[in-house]
Amino acid sequence: MITTNTGKVLALLSLAIGVSLIGVGCSGGGNNSNGPAAKSAGSEPESSGAGAGDLAGDVKIDGSSTVYPVSEAVAEEFRAVQPKVRVTVGFSGTGGGMKKFIAGEVDICDASRAMKEKEATACKEQGIEYIELSVAFDGLAVIVNPENSWCDCLTVGQLKELWRPESGVKQWKDLDPKWPAEDIKLYGPGTDSGTFDYFTEAIVGESKASRADYTASEDDNVLVTGVSEDKNSLGYFGFAYYEENKDKLKLLGVDGGEGCKKPSLETVRNNSYAPLSRPLFIYVRKSALERPEVVAFVKFYLENAAALSKDVGYVPVSDEVQKANMEAFNGATSK
Amino acid sequence: MSSKPDIYTTKRRGRITNMLFTSACFLATMTCIFLLVLLIWNIIIQGKGWLSWEFIERLPSRFPDKAGIKTALWGSIWLISLTAMFSVPLGVGAALYLEEYAPRSRWRKLIQLNIANLAGVPSIVYGILGLGLFVRALQLERSVLSGALTLTLVVLPIIILASQEALRAVPDSIRRSAYALGATRWQTVWYQVLPASLPGIMTGVILSLSRALGEAAPLIAVGAMAYVPFVPERLTDEFTALPIQIFIWTSRPQEDFHHLAAAGILVLLVVLVSMNAIAIFVRHKYGKKIRW
Repeated sequence: MITTNTGKVLALLSLAIGVSLIGVGCSGGGNNSNGPAAKSAGSEPESSGAGAGDLAGDVKIDGSSTVYPVSEAVAEEFRAVQPKVRVTVGFSGTGGGMKKFIAGEVDICDASRAMKEKEATACKEQGIEYIELSVAFDGLAVIVNPENSWCDCLTVGQLKELWRPESGVKQWKDLDPKWPAEDIKLYGPGTDSGTFDYFTEAIVGESKASRADYTASEDDNVLVTGVSEDKNSLGYFGFAYYEENKDKLKLLGVDGGEGCKKPSLETVRNNSYAPLSRPLFIYVRKSALERPEVVAFVKFYLENAAALSKDVGYVPVSDEVQKANMEAFNGATSK
Repeated sequence: MSSKPDIYTTKRRGRITNMLFTSACFLATMTCIFLLVLLIWNIIIQGKGWLSWEFIERLPSRFPDKAGIKTALWGSIWLISLTAMFSVPLGVGAALYLEEYAPRSRWRKLIQLNIANLAGVPSIVYGILGLGLFVRALQLERSVLSGALTLTLVVLPIIILASQEALRAVPDSIRRSAYALGATRWQTVWYQVLPASLPGIMTGVILSLSRALGEAAPLIAVGAMAYVPFVPERLTDEFTALPIQIFIWTSRPQEDFHHLAAAGILVLLVVLVSMNAIAIFVRHKYGKKIRW
């Protein structure tokens, strides 16, 4: 019995493997012609190559999840102009992106803070030269539950008292005696996020110094849900996420010494919503700018960052910053 | 005489215990089925309006109504095909050696113990190993090849164990008869043992590949990208996969992306169910014909 079936069974096994192979063959087959073409076009010395859609090659981006929506939007729009250039975007965090940038694994690093000295030194050691481009502003929103009727504004001092390590603030009345004797439930981003670094630095005065007894999540969505379901909660995260969930949350003003200011496109851009607004950067490796597809992409990024960052809830940079960006870019590409 | 009532009480007690145990088992089964139905129902409700042919054909997008799952689906197909190509020969080969050739020494026991332990190691650990070994040390970069090799590490112990189990199920009388008829060891293994155990091996292979299909953690560690607007064309291309795409969509703040995630889960389920269907088909079709 067995021997008569041997052929059949073996045929089935080879069929199964064959099917897998066909799967690979199909996905590769249709586009195989692109493979070699992509390589040769990539190495052709062509200047910034605008608009024609004739460029090819890979552009690799990784870094901050705060900058990710901007880079993703730019990458998506860029596809319409240069469909053969393959732009990939990841979000392993500013720190994670920097590590890959220093290792030369990515061409562009998204960053929600300026490069740290340690990272700059590491770049130098690895022989990686780069340009820094400021692409948008991000505001952090301090938010409470919509049913919270007592609190409209907090000073930076109150926020520091609330969020500093070993903070003694347990109830709302600890911040202001007029407020209810209810426990404050705190929500914030996890310790790996750039938003956490930024908030602690701006409010507590020391990066990564925060009380630990709060609900932390890298997923801003968890924070939105948490705050929107608890009357006595308070949390902070990117202004973009507040814009998306306006109806579920109440926005607080922050008093940095010059009166109460709520974050908005205007107050973030003119720096009056201090200290909770910040610039967002992309770092571009200079050696990557020898490839025409990277040049075209970065140029496209700078030209469209204003409109697209507005789309995703950030604040576009001012004309002066834009000018400085173009100068840095032209300086790096003209060599 | 006094032993008679004793037997009756024991019998009655046995009957009650039996009834209790049966209903407990039934309840456990029903709870599982209820949860499963609830989960699937919930996903179907959320995702059904979003599942369409365009959804399968479109590239990723930041607009939920333009977003599709094409690159993730093809990424997963690439990964699974490559993983199958790497893990099946290695896994079946290792199982054959351990069952048919290796001398029953302490050395073999040690290897056996380690394989069993490796099957229980969390997949993220393999992800970190993959990042260090394939991406960094072997310079394969964050490619679909690195991803597939990492998944191979994840499924290899399971494939070895399943194949060993299948080989062990082949009665020794088959081997002995083959030897008695003058067959060599090679002939015995290739023409008798392997075909007889193939249905079992195939089932194990397909089930472990289904597990690989659902893995996100090791791929994220290896560096699957979030936004990949192209289908991999070469082994060195960057990639994304279905579970990763689903994870990314669920962590977006916009509600529409959660519906997209549900639609993505449905696609993943369809792929998984069809793989399992193949496993069942193989077992039925080829399991029945083998009579000893």
